[in-house]
Amino acid sequence: MRQTKMEVVSQKLIADRVFELVLKGDIVLEMNPGQFMQLKPRRADLLLRRPISICAIDKEAEQCTLLYRVDGEGTADFAELVSGDAMDVIAPLGNGFAPTETKLGEHALLIGGGIGVPPLYQLGKDLVAQGSTVTFVLGFNSAKDVFYEKEMGKLGDCFVATVDGTRGTQGFVTTVTDALDFAPDTVYSCGPTAMLRVVSERFANKRTFLSLEERMACGVGACYACVCQRTDDPTKSYKACDEGPVFRAGEVVI
Amino acid sequence: MNRLAVEIPGLSLKNPIMPASGCFGFGKEYSKFYDLNKLGAIMAKAVTPEPRYGNATPRVAETPSGMLNAIGLQNPGLDHVMANEMPWLERFDTPIIANVAGASEEDYVKVCARIGDAPNVKAIELNISCPNVKHGGIAFGTDPEVAYQLTKAVKAVASVPIYVKLSPNVTDIVPIAKAIEEAGADGLTMINTLLGMRLDLKTRKPILANGTGGLSGPSIKPVAIRLIHQVRAVSNIPIIGMGGVQTVDDVLEFLIAGADAVAVGTLNFTEPYICPNLIDALPARMDELGITTLADLKKERTNA
Repeated sequence: MRQTKMEVVSQKLIADRVFELVLKGDIVLEMNPGQFMQLKPRRADLLLRRPISICAIDKEAEQCTLLYRVDGEGTADFAELVSGDAMDVIAPLGNGFAPTETKLGEHALLIGGGIGVPPLYQLGKDLVAQGSTVTFVLGFNSAKDVFYEKEMGKLGDCFVATVDGTRGTQGFVTTVTDALDFAPDTVYSCGPTAMLRVVSERFANKRTFLSLEERMACGVGACYACVCQRTDDPTKSYKACDEGPVFRAGEVVI
Repeated sequence: MNRLAVEIPGLSLKNPIMPASGCFGFGKEYSKFYDLNKLGAIMAKAVTPEPRYGNATPRVAETPSGMLNAIGLQNPGLDHVMANEMPWLERFDTPIIANVAGASEEDYVKVCARIGDAPNVKAIELNISCPNVKHGGIAFGTDPEVAYQLTKAVKAVASVPIYVKLSPNVTDIVPIAKAIEEAGADGLTMINTLLGMRLDLKTRKPILANGTGGLSGPSIKPVAIRLIHQVRAVSNIPIIGMGGVQTVDDVLEFLIAGADAVAVGTLNFTEPYICPNLIDALPARMDELGITTLADLKKERTNA
């Protein structure tokens, strides 16, 4: 974890308001799947950094890929970045997804919702590389929101569900997972809280890992903004930024 | 001669810059970025007698050049802090200013009577200005008589000097500062956050779960400068100034306004190296402005 400058390699729009940003820098050598970075908007009046999850890690090229959706002024500022620009980052942050929770030959189910999909990509690559089988189930609102279906599909089966039925199965990720013809050994999920709640209930008897999203300021554990209540002791909490964002299902109240 | 040195009750500071309470935890997080020996002091996170969970999330929201927070004084409680957090800080040659909060006078007295026993705790910052807790906090800092009583009560039990943190959320800060000085406070720290609010356009509800929160960051700097200037005109005890510091020029502006030392709050979150960077940059800027030592700057102010 450190603060450093990265260079923008490329940026392109890949779905409705969703951008794929490739950054270069030696900090990539320290990154693991499911970790995130704190990116500083260039506008001086936007004080807080934005936490963005890491989608792909290429250690050889010292490049990482981030996918983010433009939802406010900070992300709109990022959308203006072009090749050669410098990006001020604090990275890598948090505990990510552990591929080793899935053993050789086991089958992992990776469930993503909306802008929670990106961190599952590098996890999928690492799982496949270690000899595990992966199946992706990705949920979006509509066909215009869908991204990385093809990329994920190269690693394993990739099913898409859209709320309006304009792509894949009509419904939610659980519409797909309820109809799966195999029982996964492990489940990894990232997406809206309501989706994570349902995933943790459906796969309560599996090794299930959830990546949580909370509003945060520092990203390193100092500000106590992003706390999640512990299930074993409701008077205590974990900080999503440094003790998460990935938790075992049932560990925190969601 | 150390031209950055500052001597104030309980605190021999090698430089006037320290992280503000609530913006630095108990130091562990930022020790991963740099050597905490570099800092003038550390204002630790608020401690209450019992552990506190704090408020519901979301606890932070961005504002133009600032942020709102409603953490709610989350901390692991006095026993845990004495046993685990403060001893860890012993390895650094940096004085600790322990921040003490409570819901009643008894709470403050209980923590103040013990926290000075922790290694390296050289002073206490009495938190009577947190806007984010329903009981205690700001309620003690907005009435001169209540602030007087509380200051007197903790002075009677504390083994280290007491600095009282003032709230900007008052009609007139002067009578409160005077009452605290009269009660025997060794110094003041100012300012705490300004009470603020943001609303979500889609839900039509407040962004913070607590509804309101404390505004901090560069947007509040002019308010802090004005209040320090006002209090310095009527008070002789040291002031540690804070509120939106982000450059060496800000540091010097606080010192000229009447502060003896300066704390950096919100900027730690976005610029983890802000404190050491300011410490390194200060001498060159002093040269440019013809300031030989910070002690001279203070003399200049006193003689003016």
